[in-house]
Amino acid sequence: MSVLRTLRRNLVVIAGLLTLAYMILPNVVVMVFSFNRPRGRFNYAWQEFSLDAWKDPCGVADLCGSLSLSLRIAVWATVGATVLGTMIAFALVRYRFRARGAINSLIFLPMAMPEVVMAASLLTLFLNMGAQLGFWTVLIAHIMFCLSFVVTAVKARVMSMDPRLEEAARDLYAGPVQTFVRVTLPIAAPGIAAGALLAFALSFDDFIITNFNAGSTVTFPMFVWGSAQRGTPVQINVIGTAMFVIAVTVVLAGQLIANRRKSNAGK
Amino acid sequence: MSVTEAPPAHPAEEAEVRKPSTRRRLVPYWLLLPGILWLLVFFALPMVYQASTSVQTGSLEKGFEVTWHFRTYWDALADYYPQFIRSLLYAGTATLLCLLLGYPLAYLIAFKAGRWRNLVLVLVIAPFFTSFLIRTLAWKTILADGGAVVDVLNTLHVLDVTSWLGWTENNRVLATPMAVVCGLTYNFLPFMILPLYTSLERIDGRLHEAAGDLYATPATTFRKVTLPLSMPGVVSGTLLTFIPASGDYVNAELLGSTDTKMVGSVIQTQFLRVLDYPTAAALSFILMAVVLLVVTVYIRRSGTEDLV
Amino acid sequence: MTQQQTEGGDVRLTGISKTYGSFTAVHPLDLTVPQGSFFALLGASGCGKTTTLRMIAGLEEATTGTVSLGGRDITDLPPYKRPVNTVFQSYALFPHLDVSENVAFGLRRRGIKSVKKQVGEMLDLVQLGDFARRKPHQLSGGQQQRVAVARALINHPQVLLLDEPLGALDLKLRRQMQLELKRIQTEVGITFIHVTHDQEEAMTMADTVAVMNGGRVEQLGAPADLYENPRTTFVANFLGTSNLIEGEIVSTGTDVVVSAGGGKLRLPGGRCPSPAESGGKLLVGVRPEKISLAHTDDAGAIPEGRNRVTGRITDSSFIGVSTQYVVESPAGTALQVYEQNIERDGRLVPGADVVLHWNPEHTFGLDAAQSIDAGVAEGLEDAA
Repeated sequence: MSVLRTLRRNLVVIAGLLTLAYMILPNVVVMVFSFNRPRGRFNYAWQEFSLDAWKDPCGVADLCGSLSLSLRIAVWATVGATVLGTMIAFALVRYRFRARGAINSLIFLPMAMPEVVMAASLLTLFLNMGAQLGFWTVLIAHIMFCLSFVVTAVKARVMSMDPRLEEAARDLYAGPVQTFVRVTLPIAAPGIAAGALLAFALSFDDFIITNFNAGSTVTFPMFVWGSAQRGTPVQINVIGTAMFVIAVTVVLAGQLIANRRKSNAGK
Repeated sequence: MSVTEAPPAHPAEEAEVRKPSTRRRLVPYWLLLPGILWLLVFFALPMVYQASTSVQTGSLEKGFEVTWHFRTYWDALADYYPQFIRSLLYAGTATLLCLLLGYPLAYLIAFKAGRWRNLVLVLVIAPFFTSFLIRTLAWKTILADGGAVVDVLNTLHVLDVTSWLGWTENNRVLATPMAVVCGLTYNFLPFMILPLYTSLERIDGRLHEAAGDLYATPATTFRKVTLPLSMPGVVSGTLLTFIPASGDYVNAELLGSTDTKMVGSVIQTQFLRVLDYPTAAALSFILMAVVLLVVTVYIRRSGTEDLV
Repeated sequence: MTQQQTEGGDVRLTGISKTYGSFTAVHPLDLTVPQGSFFALLGASGCGKTTTLRMIAGLEEATTGTVSLGGRDITDLPPYKRPVNTVFQSYALFPHLDVSENVAFGLRRRGIKSVKKQVGEMLDLVQLGDFARRKPHQLSGGQQQRVAVARALINHPQVLLLDEPLGALDLKLRRQMQLELKRIQTEVGITFIHVTHDQEEAMTMADTVAVMNGGRVEQLGAPADLYENPRTTFVANFLGTSNLIEGEIVSTGTDVVVSAGGGKLRLPGGRCPSPAESGGKLLVGVRPEKISLAHTDDAGAIPEGRNRVTGRITDSSFIGVSTQYVVESPAGTALQVYEQNIERDGRLVPGADVVLHWNPEHTFGLDAAQSIDAGVAEGLEDAA
C-alpha cells in the first residue's frame, strides 16, 4: 500500500520524468548508433560496435562541407538578426512613435506563420526577381525569420530594465554613446545573448525555409534530409552526438563559472 | 524673502513653447528602419507576390500571367482537402499531447526540482543541439518493426486497439498516423514546456500556501490557483506548438507513408517538384488563412490579447 | 528667510512649465532657490514636484520657460553637461557595477583617471568604507541609499537633487537618514533640492518648503511659517491637521469677528485673506494642539476673551504624550483636539459635554470660496 501511496504523492514528478525520458531517448539512440557498423546503407538497426565513424567523421562526401556552410550561415544570420532585432527592441520599449501597433503585428506575424508558408512565398519573390538561389538567399531568409525571436527576447529584458538607470548615467556626465556602452548594453546583455543564441540555434537547424530557397546549395540539415532518402551514414550520428556533448559541456561549464562567481561575490 | 512665488498663471499660449528637437524625435525611426524594411521586403512583400501567383495561369515553359483565376483555390481544396484536414488533426492532437506531457514536466521544474532545476532545464533544451532531422530519424530506429517498443505494445495488445481506431496498421507503428503524431509531439515539446515553465515560475509560492490555508486541497489549489495563473503559458505554448506543427512535413515524410501526407508535403512537392506555382501558392495561402483564423479565434477566446 | 545669499549659485526657474499632450503637469512657475539652502518640494503624488525636479536635472525638457544656475541659462543643456546631480527614487544604482565603480562613475565619465582616493573618502563620508566591492543587490536599503548619495556628491555638483530619496526605507531608518542627509548638507554646503510627499520629512529637513498641488505652487516659506499661516485650505489640511469652521463675518478691524454655529469667534485682521468685508463668508482655522478642553461644568473658569465652541466628545484616543479627541459641535461636525497628558481630567470621555477654547491670536482665516476638504485625503494617505 505504501508503494501505491508514494506513487500517488509523486505522480507529478513521475509523469515529468517520463516526459523528460521521452525527450532524451532519441539523443541516446543517436549517440549509441554513432558506434554502430550498419550492414546496408541505412543506420536504423544495431549490428556491431565500431569506432570507424568517430575516427573519420568527414569520411562521407559533402558532409563536412555542408556542416561548415551551415555554421557560416548561422553565424552571419545571428549577427544580422541580433543587430537589427536589438535596434527594434530598443525603439519599441524606449520610444513613442506612430504606427506602433502595425510594427508590433509585423514582428509577431512571422512567428505566427507556418514555416512552409514563409518558405513558399519567399521563393515566389526570389523567382519573380530572378535572384540566384544559394548562400545569399538562405542568409536573407534566416535573418528574416530569426529577427522576430531576437526582438521578443531583447524586448523582455529591456522592458524589465529601470529607465532611471539610463537617466542616472546621463545625470552622471555620460553622453548618449557612453550611456549606451557603459550602462544600457551591459544590463541588456543577457537578453541580447539569449536572442543571439536562439537565432543561432534556429538558423543552424532550419530545414523547411532553407530547402525552398537554397537552390543547389546544401546545408547540413539538407544533407541529412537527402541522406534519409539515399542512405544514412553513421557520421551523421557522430556529428549530432559531438554537437550535443559540446553544447551541454559549454552550458554546464558556464553555469559552474556563474555559480562560483556568485559565491565569490557574496564573501 | 529671496524666494518669489509664481505670479498667477502665465498664459501658456504667450510663452515660447519649446518643441522636442527633430533629431531626437527621429531616433526611434532610425532604429526601426533597417529591421522593419527587412521584414517588409522579405516577409510582407513575398506574401503579396504569393497572392498574385495564386491567381496566375500558365506553364513553366510559356510563363505565368495574372488571369484572376480564382478557380485554382477551389481546385486545390477539392484535390487536397484530405491533407488539410489531416494536418489540422495531427497538429491539434500533437498540441494536446504536448500540453498533457509538458505540463507535469514544467511543473516539476518550477516547483519540485529544487537544486536540480538548472540541470533539468538544460536537459530540456539540450536535444535542440542535435539537428532535429537526425533526432527524428532516431524515431525510425525506436519505432522499427520488431523493435522493443513495438514488441511491448504488441504483447499488451495495445496495437490491436490502435489498429481498430485507425491509428496504426498491421501491427506496426512506423508509417502510420501514430508515428507521425509521435514525431510531431516529440519535436515541438520544448516549445510547449518553456513558456509553461516561464509562467509557472512566476507564480508566488505563497499563493499555494494561502490556498492551503484557506481549506483548498492540493487538487483544488491546482485547479483554482495554479492552472488559471499559468494560462498565459498554456496559450503561448499551444500556439508555438500548433502553428509550426500544422505546416510541418518533415515528420510526415520521415515517419509516415503516402497515406499520412500533410499539407506541407503537398506545397513542397507542388513548388519544388511539380513546379505548379499557382496551386502551391493557393495551398500555402489557404494554410496561412486557416492558421491565422484559428490563432485569432483562440487568442480572443482565451482572453490573453496582450500576448501579442 | 535668513539664508545667506550669494547670487552666484542660485537656481532660478522662470516661467517653467511642462505639458504632455493636453495634460499640464506643471503650470508656468517662477522659483528661486538660494545657494546653500535646503529646499523641499512637497506635495502628493502627481502634483508636479518630480517633473519640476527633472526639469532642473535636464531629464525632462521644459515646454516653456528657462532654468538658470548662477546666472547661466542651462535650459538647453543635456543632463550630462549640467553641474547638477540627482539621487534617484529607488536609487537607480547600476546593478552590473560594484559600489566603488558606481561611485566613481561620474568622475570617470569626465575623464578623471585617479579616482581611488576620492572614492575612498566619499565612502567614508557615508560610512560604507568596507562595502566598496559589494554589488548593489548585496546591500540593504539604507546602504543603497548612502551609495546613491555618495555617487552624486562625489562630483561636487552645484545643486544636489533628491527625488523621494527616503521613500523606500522603513520609518525608523527614514528618521535616521533624515538627520544624516541634513548633516551631510551642512558639511558640504551644497544646495539640496528635495522632493517628498512626507510633510514631516520636509519640515524637519528643509529651511524652505514649497507646497505643490495640481501642478502649481500653493505656498512657499519656512516650515514654521507655513504651518502657522497657511494661506489655502490645501496647505492647512496637507501640512498637519486643521480645524476649519465656516462662518459669516460680523465686523472687521484690527480684530475680525465671525459668527459660526451660533457663537462668535474672533481672529486678528492680519491673519485674514485681504478683502475681509462684513457679511462675507470666511473659513476660521485653528490647529488641534492650540485648543484647550474643559468640561461644561467648569465653563465658568475659562478666562474672558478666548474663543469658545461648545460640543460633545465622540471619540478619544490615548497616544502617550497626548490624547486626541474628536468633538462634535454645531460649528463644525468633527473638530480635532490634542491635549497634552499633564493633568488628565477623568470626566473627558466620549459622550461628555465640553467647551473648546483657545487664544484668538492662534486663529487664522481662509478664503471661503475654496473646498474645505482640499488636501485632507492626501494628508491621510501620507500618514499611512
